[in-house]
Amino acid sequence: MDKSLYKNIWVYVELTEGKADKVSLELLGEARKIADASGEKLVAVLISDAAEKAAEEISCANVDDIIIVSGEEYKHYSTDAYTFAFTQLCKKYKPSVLFMGATDNGKDMAPRLSARLDTGSIADTTELYYNPETKDIEWTKPAFGGNLMATIVCDKSRPQIGTIRQGVFKAALPVKKENINIIKENINTPAEMIRTIFKNYTANESTADIKIEDAEVIVAIGRGVKNQEQIAIFKELADMLGGTIAVTRPIVDCGWYSVKCQVGQSGKIVSPRLYIACGISGAVQHTAGMTSSDVIIAINSDKTAPIFGFADYAVVGDMFEVVPALIEEIKSLKGI
Amino acid sequence: MEILVCVKQVPDTEEIKVDPVTGSLIREGVPSILNPLDACALEAAVRFKEAHGGAVTVISMGPPQAEQALRQCISVGADDAVLITDRAFKDSDTLATSYALSLTSKQLGCFDVIFCGKHTIDGETGQVGPQIAEHLNYNQITGVMDVKFDGEYLLASREMEEGKETVQAALPCVITVTKTNYTPRYPSIKSKMAANKKEIKILSASQIEGLEMDRIGMSGSRTTVVKSFVPAVGEAGMIICEETAEQSGKKLAALLVDAKVI
Ligand SMILES: Cc1cc2nc3c(=O)[nH]c(=O)nc-3n(C[C@H](O)[C@H](O)[C@H](O)COP(=O)(O)OP(=O)(O)OC[C@H]3O[C@@H](n4cnc5c(N)ncnc54)[C@H](O)[C@@H]3O)c2cc1C
Ligand SMILES: Nc1ncnc2c1ncn2[C@@H]1O[C@H](COP(=O)(O)O)[C@@H](O)[C@H]1O
Repeated sequence: MDKSLYKNIWVYVELTEGKADKVSLELLGEARKIADASGEKLVAVLISDAAEKAAEEISCANVDDIIIVSGEEYKHYSTDAYTFAFTQLCKKYKPSVLFMGATDNGKDMAPRLSARLDTGSIADTTELYYNPETKDIEWTKPAFGGNLMATIVCDKSRPQIGTIRQGVFKAALPVKKENINIIKENINTPAEMIRTIFKNYTANESTADIKIEDAEVIVAIGRGVKNQEQIAIFKELADMLGGTIAVTRPIVDCGWYSVKCQVGQSGKIVSPRLYIACGISGAVQHTAGMTSSDVIIAINSDKTAPIFGFADYAVVGDMFEVVPALIEEIKSLKGI
Repeated sequence: MEILVCVKQVPDTEEIKVDPVTGSLIREGVPSILNPLDACALEAAVRFKEAHGGAVTVISMGPPQAEQALRQCISVGADDAVLITDRAFKDSDTLATSYALSLTSKQLGCFDVIFCGKHTIDGETGQVGPQIAEHLNYNQITGVMDVKFDGEYLLASREMEEGKETVQAALPCVITVTKTNYTPRYPSIKSKMAANKKEIKILSASQIEGLEMDRIGMSGSRTTVVKSFVPAVGEAGMIICEETAEQSGKKLAALLVDAKVI
């Protein structure tokens, strides 16, 4: 395969109720840097019944081109219709890279599409690097329960396809480039080709007021908390700082919080402005989800706890004494 | 219903430790287990068979020792087991793995439903299922918690990040199974003994009809692992350890306010 025939960095922008998913905006932010490094165009691809409307939002996400495929058959995701549309697009335009969010549907489509195009797909990645010498993307993903990170390339074929987890990159800057090309592609997937039919969707009852992935400040609690009553003081800290509570897996296993509030390998990746880890040891499966926070504070009574290796402020001590003192002192310093 | 379940034997990642000196994974002494979600997939398949009749075949691609995992599957409801094992499969990525599994599936028969786990705990890709579906031109549903069959269509509920989606799907179909609401059944002493006696069909690469050697192993892979490493642990920033925890808390507050963190 002649790799040089393949050009440009594509981001599949997934829409929920007509709006771009957070992860798609994050990907546009990172893909912009890669496109600049490789001297290629950044192209957003929208496939949806609401694609045309959403293109307006995306035209402000620092992209060069937007490709739109719209039609009633794309109202709900189906493997068949979406894979068909992407296959047509990839054959016509020959992108070098196709980034997708590691969402439920992104992870459904990426491997299927890669098999159809006979190319490689890398799943659930958390780091991207464009190697200017090889011109390949180097994708890094956790493996073996987060104990190991693997860096993978798709060096023999194009397009390079991969899914990226939400929360690892910062969203695109709101920049509108001049002369954006908006290209409408007419691709119809015949109904008889679609073998799965969407029936209905029920949203989970939301337990938290704020999604942890959107929070500016997170107070995270781990097994240092021994019973549910002890959570109150951390909630108070979170409320005072305008933040929310997140937890480690053992706390989810106790049934005190839902998995939606879990940070880490099998939970969410978060990058708040401030992350306060209380009574958390810092297992790799947990730290996999929080190291990109701007400022990290760890409070732990064990001075050898691995979490301290990630902390900007490492407080050694009993958190049930540290946190009340912290709250009182902040109140008095800030006059609240 | 002819049902196939794809299973993989994996190292128990809960037991994996990192060598503090070399920084590499210690894999010796780490037990091999049936990939947890494959156990869920098998249970879903066996229940499906119990409801609609037919037979469940399990297949694995892996080293000869993966036979253990297959016997375990027999002991909890699978009827037949096939192991494809060959040095030539070494270093296969998901595309090469799914190619070999899909060809073998064709050779074994005409399956209506193929169950896979949603992902493994070693590679953690979740790609093999959809790629098998593509090679066989089957329908696919991923992340399934529950599946029913109404005589014509499958009705599956997919676990989604923020909710649950129900889809109707035509056969033949690949289903990847996530954690189900029921737990996989345990074997009895009798079923274990029967499983130990069961003959497991073993196929090498050359016994798989139509298999092209350049589509398996390293040469058949479209992705290559260039390096692996243990996630880095940094140095602590500022350490705060005053005489009392209360003083530490106060100091932290002062530092944060000073640095305009809060
Ligand atoms: C495949 C896999 C996926 C996983 N995914 C995740 C994931 O997504 N997220 C996740 O969090 N975990 C995950 N885990 C679990 C992970 O390995 C750890 O077991 C978990 O993160 C530990 O949680 P913890 O830090 O709360 O508990 P522990 O490790 O028990 O640590 C508790 C800490 O609290 C400290 N402490 C106790 N009392 C006090 C006190 N009074 N004051 C101050 N400090 C105190 C202790 O010193 C200790 O360091 C996963 C595991 C596996 C195998
Ligand atoms: N070597 C293998 N042999 C049989 N089935 C496999 C193999 N590798 C993966 N699978 C199946 O594909 C699923 C997803 O695997 P993975 O893509 O590696 O996360 C697993 O849960 C299995 O059902």
